[in-house]
Formats: sequence, C-alpha cells, structure tokens
Amino acid sequence: MSQSVLELKDVSFRWPGRTGFALSVPALGVGAGETVMLLGQSGSGKSTLLSLICGTIAPDRGRIDVAGTDITTLSGGGRDRFRAETIGVIFQQFNLLPFGSVADNILLPLQFASKRKARAGDARATAQDLCHALGLPEDVFTAKSNTLSVGQQQRVAVARALIGQPPLIIADEPTSALDATTQAAFLDLLFQQVAGFGTSLLMVSHDPRLGARFDRVISMEDIVQMERATA
Amino acid sequence: MILRLAIASLLARAVTVGMTVLAIALSVALFLFVEKVRTGAKASFADTISGTDLIVGARSGSVQLLLYSVFRIGNATNNVTWESYQDISAREDVDWIVPISLGDSHRQFRVMGTTRAFFEHYKYRQDRVLEVSNGVIMDDLFDTVIGADVATTLGYDVGDPIVVAHGLASFVEHKDQPFRVSGILGKTGTPVDRTVIVSLEAIEAIHVDWQSGAQIPGQSTPADVIRQMELEPQAVTAALVGVSSPLKTFALQRAINEYPEEPLLAILPGVALQELWGIVGIAETALLAVSAMVVVTALIGMMATVFSSLNERRREMAIFRAMGARPLTIFALLVLEAMLIAAAGAVLGLALLYLALMIAQPVIDAAFGLWLPVEAPTLREVRVVLGVIAASAIVSMVPAIRAYRLSLADGMNVRT
Repeated sequence: MSQSVLELKDVSFRWPGRTGFALSVPALGVGAGETVMLLGQSGSGKSTLLSLICGTIAPDRGRIDVAGTDITTLSGGGRDRFRAETIGVIFQQFNLLPFGSVADNILLPLQFASKRKARAGDARATAQDLCHALGLPEDVFTAKSNTLSVGQQQRVAVARALIGQPPLIIADEPTSALDATTQAAFLDLLFQQVAGFGTSLLMVSHDPRLGARFDRVISMEDIVQMERATA
Repeated sequence: MILRLAIASLLARAVTVGMTVLAIALSVALFLFVEKVRTGAKASFADTISGTDLIVGARSGSVQLLLYSVFRIGNATNNVTWESYQDISAREDVDWIVPISLGDSHRQFRVMGTTRAFFEHYKYRQDRVLEVSNGVIMDDLFDTVIGADVATTLGYDVGDPIVVAHGLASFVEHKDQPFRVSGILGKTGTPVDRTVIVSLEAIEAIHVDWQSGAQIPGQSTPADVIRQMELEPQAVTAALVGVSSPLKTFALQRAINEYPEEPLLAILPGVALQELWGIVGIAETALLAVSAMVVVTALIGMMATVFSSLNERRREMAIFRAMGARPLTIFALLVLEAMLIAAAGAVLGLALLYLALMIAQPVIDAAFGLWLPVEAPTLREVRVVLGVIAASAIVSMVPAIRAYRLSLADGMNVRT
C-alpha cells in the first residue's frame, strides 16, 4: 500500500433528529489500485458510510481523506464537485437516467467535473471504447437506457464510473440484481477495467462468496461501531 | 446536455407534462384572445366614425352629441336651425357637410334623414365607405336604405314597403307616406347597421300634415302633391363636417362654438370617442382580470404537477447527486423544467390563438363587425408570454425548494 486513496480516521456521525442512530469509524483505509470488499448485512450502516465517503453528508468529527484531500474541510458544494472529480459511483440497480441515452448517462458525471472531463479527452470516443471493452453491443451507445437489460445497465454504470479515470470507484452491491452467471461476467469485466486503469475499488456486498476476487475483505462489524438506542 | 436531459425527462413524462402544457396553452390563448378582442373592440369603437373632422350639433355635452349623432343613443335636446346649417356650410374652410336629421323610428330602429353625401363621406375603420350590398342608394323621395342589422332582424328585402313611426317607441305612424326599401347596406359593425336612412326631404315630407308633433286631424296630402312641394327643412339634428385643411379644424371648431346666432357645439369625433371609451372601458378591464386569473390557475396546476412528480423522481435526483450535482443544481433543474413547460405552453397558446383568429376572424367580423387583425405578436403579447414563463419560474420554486431539501437529506441514497 504505497499511497492511500481513502483514509477515514476517528469519524463519527449522528443522524440529525434520529438521536438513536449514530455511527463511528475509528479507521478505514484503501490504497491506490487496491480492491476492497466491505462485507455487511443490511442495516450495518453501509449506506451511511458510503454517504460519508462520497461527501453527501458530513461527519460530526474526524477526517476523511479522499485522494489526499480532507473532504471534511470542504463546503457542501465543494464536496459535490470533489465527488464528481474523484469518485465513480455504481448503485445496486436503477443506475441510469431512464430517459437519457446510454451516451448521456456515461457522460453525465463529466458535466460536473472539468478536470475529469479533460482527462477523458474525446469523451464520446472514450465512452464508446469503454462500452466496447465492457462487452456492450455497438448500437447500444445511442439507445435509450431503459431499453437495456439489467446486466447491460450495470455495465453502462461501470463505464460511467470509469470515464475520466477517477481514483476511486464506490460500488454499492452492484451485482445483487444480477443472476449468478451475469454476476460473474460482470465482476470479471469490472475487475479487468479497474486493474487496467489502476483505480481503487471499494465494493459493498452482503455476499461473502465474492470475497476471493478482492485484495482485502473487511467486515463492517470490524470497522464500524453502531449505536442504536433502544429507549 | 443538462438542458437536453431535462427535455428528455419531460418527454419521458409526456402525458402529464402534455396535460400541463395544454392547460397553460389554453389559458395563454384565452388571455391573448381576450386581449385581442379588447384592443379590437377599442379599435372598432374608435373606428366607428372616421374621415369626419367635426360633428356639429346644438350645445350640449360632447359625449351626448356623439351618442345621439353617431351611436343613435339618447336624443338631441335641441336642433340646429337650417339657417345656421347653411351659414356653416357656406364657410370656405368647410370642405363638405352632411346633415343628419333624427327623431323618427321604424320598429326598434332609428330613422335618419340625410343627403346622398352621407354615403360619400361617412367612413369607418380608417377609410372604408358604406357599400350597398343589395339594391341601390335611395333615388325617390320615399326610398330608404337600411342597415344590415335592420334587414336581417326584420327580414326586409329590396322593394319591401316600410312605415315610419313618429318619434321613438311611438304608436303614431306616418301611415300616409309609406317608404320603399331601395337598398340594403353591407355589415359595418357601426351604428349604421341599425339605422334606416331616408333623404332629408323625406323627413320633411312625412311631416307635411303635422304640426307641433301631432297630425292635423283630417288632413292628408297625397304623395304626388308632396313630391311637387318645396321641402326645405326647418332644422337638422346634427351635421358631419369635413374641413378643407386639417390645420383649420380647431379654428372652425372655435368659430362654431362661438357662433353668435345660436348656441352650437362642434366636437372632434376622436376626442369624444376617447372620452366615451373611458366610460365603457371598465368592463374590458374586468374581462382581462378574469382571464389573467385563468393563467394563474394553470400555473398553480403546473406547480401541483411538479410537486406530485417529486416523490417518483427521487431516484433521478439521487443519480444526479451521485454524479456530483449540487442540491442547487437539482433546484435549478426543476425551475428550468417548469420554465420549459411554460414556454412550450405559451408558444402553443400563441399558435392556438392564431389558429383561432384565422378561423374566427371572418365569422366575428360578419356577426359583430369586430375586426381582429391577424398580425405578428405585439410587444405586449410577447411581454405576456415572457411574463408567463417568469411566473412559472417563480411558482416552481416552491416544489424546487422541496426538491432541494429532499436531495440534501437523501444524498445518493434513495428511500422509497
């Protein structure tokens, strides 16, 4: 682990209003080019942790370094811009704007990130190359994204996360909507691309069988302390 | 690209968005149509009489003189003596003069005695002259030319006989001297449509056997005898005057107003029409206010639509947020969306307006004599369209603020 892409230290967060729910992360790190799996059941605070890393919520205490910048020092809008520049996000499903074309969806994050846009070069050509590399049919590029199968949609989401080579990819259970065979094929492509770009991957899943592919598997219980008041 | 996505998002919800666009389009079309009718009515009103420089009558109020001489509403308090009339017509700054003699009626329509010069000089809607659509202008002493409304209401045709009643709403009729319809005028949208026009001499003729407003008992002069008589009127009700040069209008007006032999009044028709419109113009403002309320209603409808779409679009907003969009971007996106809807509605409304105008224009002109010009949007109409778009932006801020809050709270997570 030469250089760290993600570093959380003594982070604690309490949902406003819901006093019963708080979460703290003493330490979590992801190195450059490292693939890490976060294993945890639903309700283990995964969503909150990912929101903290992506900067859509700010912790009450602690520091979160993403690609060398402590995002807790940034303003809300600053974190949004920073996220656009440095993090590619893949959701569980319904990743795409259904009314937009595949091209629109892949190019969307570049609208909010000028440096990433510059890195992508000829964005349309890059997007097309990514589609090709991810095994998507040629004619899919201009198709409306709601005409695609779920597996195809997830691959488009990967292309969108990878375009402009952000240093970190966050994937939130990207395979849970896929069947076993598509799942394997999807992960093969994802790992291939992530390795190719030298991007770090932080993937959340509840399925321990997928763990073998990753450099490291971290269990949510080991890094996150949850606080749930019963009274 | 964001604009393209916003349009794509709207198209994806074509049905609800379409309904909203239609509601705004109809309201805008209605508003602009009312506006058109309003300005058209005002113009038509102002166009009731044109080409006439002065209207001369006995001294009263200018609006009153205008009302009875042009609109045939109310009565003259006094007449202008024939001597005064001739004095004025002899002046060299008078280019032409047309006498008008009122006082008798046929059914619910006024009878107006005048000369053939009336058909030459009475102009409406800038420079349109009266046209006989059927028959000819009166030739004989007992000929009459009737307005379009008179013909349609009473079902008269050329050659039909009509009997003129003495005074208004009177049962006393000039039965001895029946008239014959010699011509029917085309629709003008002016009070001429509701007028029975006879010659000035005819007015005298039917009163030959009358004295101080009543028929002399037992006396009835045959028409042939009347035809031989010298029928010089004692007085006229009013006169339309054209000056030889526009520069002399005011001098002539002053001269008539200061006419020493008789108290007279000369008015500028345009000025008096303005005065009158000031009185009747209140109704148009009320109409305009109502149609403005319709536009407001449509905009509130749009706000409701945007509001109800928020919940089902939280996924969309979460995607935008994950891609790095700020909550402010989400806010702007919704306002932009509302403005697009309003713009589409306003443009469609304009199109509807022109379509309606093109279809309805000849019908309205024929039925009401109201001419609605089909012309490029006026500055005022463009302002209305821009106003609707601006109002939509303001109205949409309510749901946009809600979306802003939601996206701030939700972040990239979607709680459904």
